[in-house]
Amino acid sequence: MRKVACIGAGMTLFRRRMLETPKEMCWEAAAMALDQAGLTIADVDAVVFGSAPDAFDGIHMKGENVLDGCGGTGKPYVRVFTGGGTAVFSPIAAYWHVASGTFDCVLVVNEEKMSSCQPHAQSVFGYIWDPILDRPLKPNLVWIFAMEMNRYMTVHNIRYEDVAAVAVKNKRNAVAHPCAQLPDPNITVEDVMNSEVMAWPVHRLDISPPSDGASALVICSQDFIKRKKVKSPPVWFSGVGWAIDTTFWTDRDLVFPEYLARAAKMAYKQARIDNPRKQIDFAEPYDPFDYKELHHMEGLLLCKKGEAPKLTREGVTQRDGDLPTCPSGGLLGVGNPIAATMGIKVGELYWQLSGQAGKRQIPHEVHTGVTNAWGDLMQFSAVAVMRA
Amino acid sequence: MRVGIVGVGIVPFRPVTPEYSWKEIMYEAASRAYADAGVDPRTDVGSFITCAEDYWEGFGIFDEFTPDQIGAALRPACTVTGDGIHGLAQGVMQVQAGLADVVAVEAHSKISDLLTYDGVVRHAMDPIWNKPLGGHPYYIAGLEMASYLKASKVTERECAAVVAKNRQNAMTNERAAHGAKVDAQDVLDSPPIATPLKSLDVAPLADTAVVIVLAAEARARKLSSNPIWVRGTGWSSDTPWLETRTWERAKYAEDAARMAYRLAKVARAQTAFDVAEVDDKFSYKEPQHLEALGLVKKGSTAAAIKRGDFEVDGKLPVNPSGGSLGCGNVIEASGLHRVAEVALQLRGEAGRNQVDGARTGLAASWRGVPTTSGAVAVLGVGR
Repeated sequence: MRKVACIGAGMTLFRRRMLETPKEMCWEAAAMALDQAGLTIADVDAVVFGSAPDAFDGIHMKGENVLDGCGGTGKPYVRVFTGGGTAVFSPIAAYWHVASGTFDCVLVVNEEKMSSCQPHAQSVFGYIWDPILDRPLKPNLVWIFAMEMNRYMTVHNIRYEDVAAVAVKNKRNAVAHPCAQLPDPNITVEDVMNSEVMAWPVHRLDISPPSDGASALVICSQDFIKRKKVKSPPVWFSGVGWAIDTTFWTDRDLVFPEYLARAAKMAYKQARIDNPRKQIDFAEPYDPFDYKELHHMEGLLLCKKGEAPKLTREGVTQRDGDLPTCPSGGLLGVGNPIAATMGIKVGELYWQLSGQAGKRQIPHEVHTGVTNAWGDLMQFSAVAVMRA
Repeated sequence: MRVGIVGVGIVPFRPVTPEYSWKEIMYEAASRAYADAGVDPRTDVGSFITCAEDYWEGFGIFDEFTPDQIGAALRPACTVTGDGIHGLAQGVMQVQAGLADVVAVEAHSKISDLLTYDGVVRHAMDPIWNKPLGGHPYYIAGLEMASYLKASKVTERECAAVVAKNRQNAMTNERAAHGAKVDAQDVLDSPPIATPLKSLDVAPLADTAVVIVLAAEARARKLSSNPIWVRGTGWSSDTPWLETRTWERAKYAEDAARMAYRLAKVARAQTAFDVAEVDDKFSYKEPQHLEALGLVKKGSTAAAIKRGDFEVDGKLPVNPSGGSLGCGNVIEASGLHRVAEVALQLRGEAGRNQVDGARTGLAASWRGVPTTSGAVAVLGVGR
């Protein structure tokens, strides 16, 4: 199979409200990624776009509207969509564009503009439910994630302060990220525990903020790097996987994300990883809520079920720990423009593994990283393993 | 690596399907396709792709509602927000990248559930520059038709003849919803929508679901005695701006065809195909697409229509299924349905509309107003 690499990444600021239109944000991120790769849009054979619900931007066929901002005019252009999972899934789509031999160089752009949705992005999440079984109950996302968090904490007898420690770690890590929306160098576990309760046990500071933003990656084949004499250092995709579980979330045991374990096994098989905890040096698990980082570490098979809080408590997941997680600052610290979090997931893997993460750089040598993104009704995960 | 179609499932088109939910109609198409391919989705299918758009479906994140009814629970599955041929192309690449051996591609239309079709289409227009102008969004098709007719020798009468042909073809296609005996004069006399576009120039909406099962070459040969090879796919988009797009030609189709022909090694498109299914969501789109795809020489389209070259027994049968005009406009399922119809033609299973001895075929799609995105698939049997 053809070797596929990421050779450039870019992202806009993540902010509560950006003045740029969706396509302007796409352009900004795409231009940065191309600049880093030392390429222009003329070098790009095809464009992949990723975004979560169209209703945030309030445009039907959002992908068609932003296509010129992504550099898609006159090119093969396609949008893939797996809810929040798009953050890691659209780079996987770009991977198969190149690995299949169809294209040599593909630009991936992910964008989300949640602030256009008034009064709050949560109102769009009123339309993600089964219209007969769920919608009459008027659920919202915090509500169901509270159930999942509660189930996870109850089964494994996890203390709330061990979950809150994740928010503290990530928001502190985000201080070193130039795009961050909610960095806080002084935040403590007490601050998280004392923040407003949204739906027990979820507190305000357990949740990542809604954001506007865009990110982009340049993904290409090994031959392309040689032929174009690309100077930007490559980081290779060594395994990709994705899986979706049943729509009926009420029928699942929420304590463990089985769909993520399946996606991870698919990626690890391709990457020839049989002992993830030993063979993976750091991780960017998807962390829209603090407990999700723990949940995803277990789903990624980086630790035993119920063991992730212990690793966090012992400092193993700190940037200088043995298994750093979310060195970027994650969604909790940098912000959560759903699909655009590609910039702090696959993008962070690229910057860390190519030694370009600046103040965020993990102090010891890292060779292999894994990331995942999570979406739909607590139901989908995409996983990518990358190597320097 | 070659990729073949080993299973086809089409739910017959109907203007309304009140007894089906969107899940049930998807389930039926998937069951038909898996039975046709002889595969068990829970063990044999490595990846599932649904082609859908949130606003068509009435959901915030429609991808959530796709897995169960196509057998994809706890398996790799995703949504492509594009036409069915965009999805088919992703499936082909997944197989070629070694990510899956067998891929199921699904697309559907439950457009009869949508009470505000024109409002949703208008919602796809640029929210700052175009949407505030108001009007039924099909004025874009009217403008495009006017500009195409002016640039080509095709007139409203030839467009009307396309409608008559396709609705007649649909009369003998058991899967079609809008077959009718309509002659060109009926079309010309039908009420105007956005001159020169008249109401019978517009493909009426319909519901359906279509599933196609793809397999890698070795697997395809095991599963089927006659796999339909996907020799090449192509897709492309022109600018989304109304203000700067190419109006008189279907540039996206030209680019998509160039890519598909390169991959399929088609040197001369005019003689390469025995049958073609090309998008005809509006009557003028069929000749405009035929020119863009290089299936007819520019300037000779009108004469070819008059000669009946595109009839089922003509030189190059176009839309023998009845197309969107005759079967119904099934939004994102349109392209996948046409791939399925070509596959049935190449298998010799197209019933009363069978083109004798068809061995190569082409399917081309367009995502409809107000987009400039389309996709092309080149299919063939034998070596």
